[in-house]
Amino acid sequence: MFSMDLLLGAVVLGVLLGCFYAAVSVGLSISFGLLDVPHVAHPAFLVLASYGVYQLNETYDIDPLLAGLAITPLFFLFGLLAYRVYYETFEKRGTDAGVRGIAFFFGIAFIIEVLIILQFGVDQRSVTATYIGKAWRFGEYRIPIRQLVAFAVALALTILLAVYLSKTFMGRAIRAVAQDEEALRLMGANPVRIKQFAFGIATAVLGIAGALLIIVAPVEPTLDRAYIGRTFCVVVMAGLGSISGTLIAAIILGVAESIVLTLFGASWAPAISFAMLLVVLAVRPQGLFGR
Amino acid sequence: MSNRRHNIAFWAGVAVFLVAVLAMTQIVRNEYPFFAGYVILQFIALAVAWSILGGYAGYVNFGTNAFFGVGVYTAVALFKATGAPLVVQIAAAAVVGMLLGFAVGLLTLRMRGIFFSIATIAVAIIIETFVMNWRFVGGAAGIQLQRPAVMAPFDSYVKMLFFVQAILVVIAVAVARYIQNSRIGRGLQALRDDELAAECTGVPTLKLKLVACMISGALISAAGAPAAMYLQYADPSSAFNLSYSVSALAMSLIGGTAHWIGPVLGAILLGSTQQLLSVTISSEVNVLVLGIMLVLFVVGAPKGIIGLLRPRYRLRAGGKP
Amino acid sequence: MTPTAAPGAPLLQITTLTKSFGGFTALDNISVDIRKGERFGLIGPNGSGKTTLINCISGALLPQIGSVVFCGEDITQLPPHLRARRGIARSFQIPRPFKSMTVLENLMVGLDFAAVGSALPEEDMAMSILTRMGLAAKAGAPSDTLSQVELRKMELARAMAVRPKLLISDEAMAGLSSSEVDEVLDLLISLGEEDITIIMIEHIMQAVMRFSERVMCLDAGRIIALGAPDEVMANKRVQEAYLGT
Repeated sequence: MFSMDLLLGAVVLGVLLGCFYAAVSVGLSISFGLLDVPHVAHPAFLVLASYGVYQLNETYDIDPLLAGLAITPLFFLFGLLAYRVYYETFEKRGTDAGVRGIAFFFGIAFIIEVLIILQFGVDQRSVTATYIGKAWRFGEYRIPIRQLVAFAVALALTILLAVYLSKTFMGRAIRAVAQDEEALRLMGANPVRIKQFAFGIATAVLGIAGALLIIVAPVEPTLDRAYIGRTFCVVVMAGLGSISGTLIAAIILGVAESIVLTLFGASWAPAISFAMLLVVLAVRPQGLFGR
Repeated sequence: MSNRRHNIAFWAGVAVFLVAVLAMTQIVRNEYPFFAGYVILQFIALAVAWSILGGYAGYVNFGTNAFFGVGVYTAVALFKATGAPLVVQIAAAAVVGMLLGFAVGLLTLRMRGIFFSIATIAVAIIIETFVMNWRFVGGAAGIQLQRPAVMAPFDSYVKMLFFVQAILVVIAVAVARYIQNSRIGRGLQALRDDELAAECTGVPTLKLKLVACMISGALISAAGAPAAMYLQYADPSSAFNLSYSVSALAMSLIGGTAHWIGPVLGAILLGSTQQLLSVTISSEVNVLVLGIMLVLFVVGAPKGIIGLLRPRYRLRAGGKP
Repeated sequence: MTPTAAPGAPLLQITTLTKSFGGFTALDNISVDIRKGERFGLIGPNGSGKTTLINCISGALLPQIGSVVFCGEDITQLPPHLRARRGIARSFQIPRPFKSMTVLENLMVGLDFAAVGSALPEEDMAMSILTRMGLAAKAGAPSDTLSQVELRKMELARAMAVRPKLLISDEAMAGLSSSEVDEVLDLLISLGEEDITIIMIEHIMQAVMRFSERVMCLDAGRIIALGAPDEVMANKRVQEAYLGT
């Protein structure tokens, strides 16, 4: 039954999980939150990255985190390409971009899912590393080290990205393009180039995030569907484009999921992020930290 | 009046179609064509129903699977509890789908674009989770169903289901056609182009969107209801499968949403390709084909097949003056 | 036309209207009556609250404080489509046509949903409005093929299809050549002659001067001048606001 200890354990695990959710959502916070691209395929790219990491880990026995780092340039290119196509076909022409833009990314998500199935099958896949499978014990608590690794890397990644966006020249340009494209154009910068670069960054981050995803638990091709709820829940709850908000919103989601899992069991867990997303959209669509 | 001529032509076409379907069930012995044909008819009904909200109003519903699954499980629950006949199951599914459409609409139709789409996925997952935890209809494991005896003039249940689904297609098409040619259709088209301008021109946008969502929901749930008897089995992960959402959306957009014939063409084309592919290659490949076609069409042929056939095809072409 | 004394009872009464976005007050305690049949000019520098004010009148935004009374009825909380049905129509600063429709169909929307009890069949009605606006030749043209001036006219025509008592024109002349400005201005003046009350937002001062019976100038969400056009133009605060502090 319910006990304080159980609850405390759930909260601790929830915070760890939440930081991990921040890392998988932070790219969407840029692509959707800042750039306003209806990037429903974000979670599909995430799962694709996990399979990339799996492949490298399986064939060359590379540490999953290094493998994740290794595929970031490739994902950066994917991002550039995806934005270019989106821009040329939808944003530039303007007409009816809504419906078709959404359908476009929905289609891409499905193509990625099926390609993964055709290549790897529907079975779960996982990676091996020295820190996977061990756990840390404090008294009666048991925290898997894979969770701690994911937590630490995720936190570092999110903070790094927040710093990048607020302190560097390019980061500020990205924020500026989200707020006032025209002003940037008048300053002589090319907003499309900046957005494309930002989309590249948002996708590149998925290399690492995908590594974390497969470190935390085995992956399967349709895992992206659950992450549509989680990533959009985090980004919308955070208030579009707020990176620090992303971290806090992700922790709220992580803790909520962890508590529900402890109290009601695993069969209710997938609905939590979607339910929170619905509530936020219905009650406070500008997010917790939005204007 | 040309309007009247159009009406007569349309209903004559409907009569010919239904008579042909009925004759086919009486003449053809082999059950397989009906198995495959049922699926294609179901896709036509889904695509046409989807396009009422997704096409006319431009609200991309990813939650076709929610309405479909609710249709399936309304039929299952009703059948298990009372043994109600198929017609009652379908009617009940339509009512529940309409109520769900109302609720979902109230909750989500103030959201724009992608927010609405994501919210509909959320609704689907939440309902699926509830059904998974609902013991009476078998929970996550699903439930086996025993078909009752078939009714005359049919000699097999599948043939009867085929005929029933054909009627549902006719209903969906007739409703979509009516909306397209009515004031509602013009209002939906206006709000799809520009919601604020539509409001300021007198269009009650929220009300029209709600109506579209309820009608679309009712038709999708009705089209889903016979699936339980078709498969003689129901489980949450197949009844709420996201592939219904992709199919309905892809078939509509590929066919073109400016006219009701678009989703019909899209569903026939893709539905039959899928049937062929899943027999000859694999069911994964047909989802791949669907995805690739969807992306190619939204990028290259924004108005779908009907746009390719007739450039600048207009919503009201051929409709009421 | 006598500049100050426009006759008639108030059609639109705006009382202590206040609208803020977060910490930014876009409209601060605005009160003004607009008389029936009046041609009313609304001016002010960018960001002074002109568009916010007409958004509150047309229902696109709801104010936090104050009321909007139209024909004696409090419409402060009414959604835009119900205001359109009561006879408030508007054009947009950046034209917002229904892009997938022809020009004629654009007008049919208003006739279908807002105009009540018209004598003519809808299509004839739409054609007569288009003829008035000099757009009859474009009736069948897709609205996304129109030129800038045609779009502006179509926006006004679509607003006219609502059969308005009050027409709000939000910078209908922005970006037009001077001959086109005159064309649109003549249209607006002729509409004003048939008992339609018109609020015109405009930056082009000659147009405002020629058109308006009264002018109101906003700055930072407040009324800084209200009266006959030449009085308002002569006002020191108005000049300061336009020349920049």
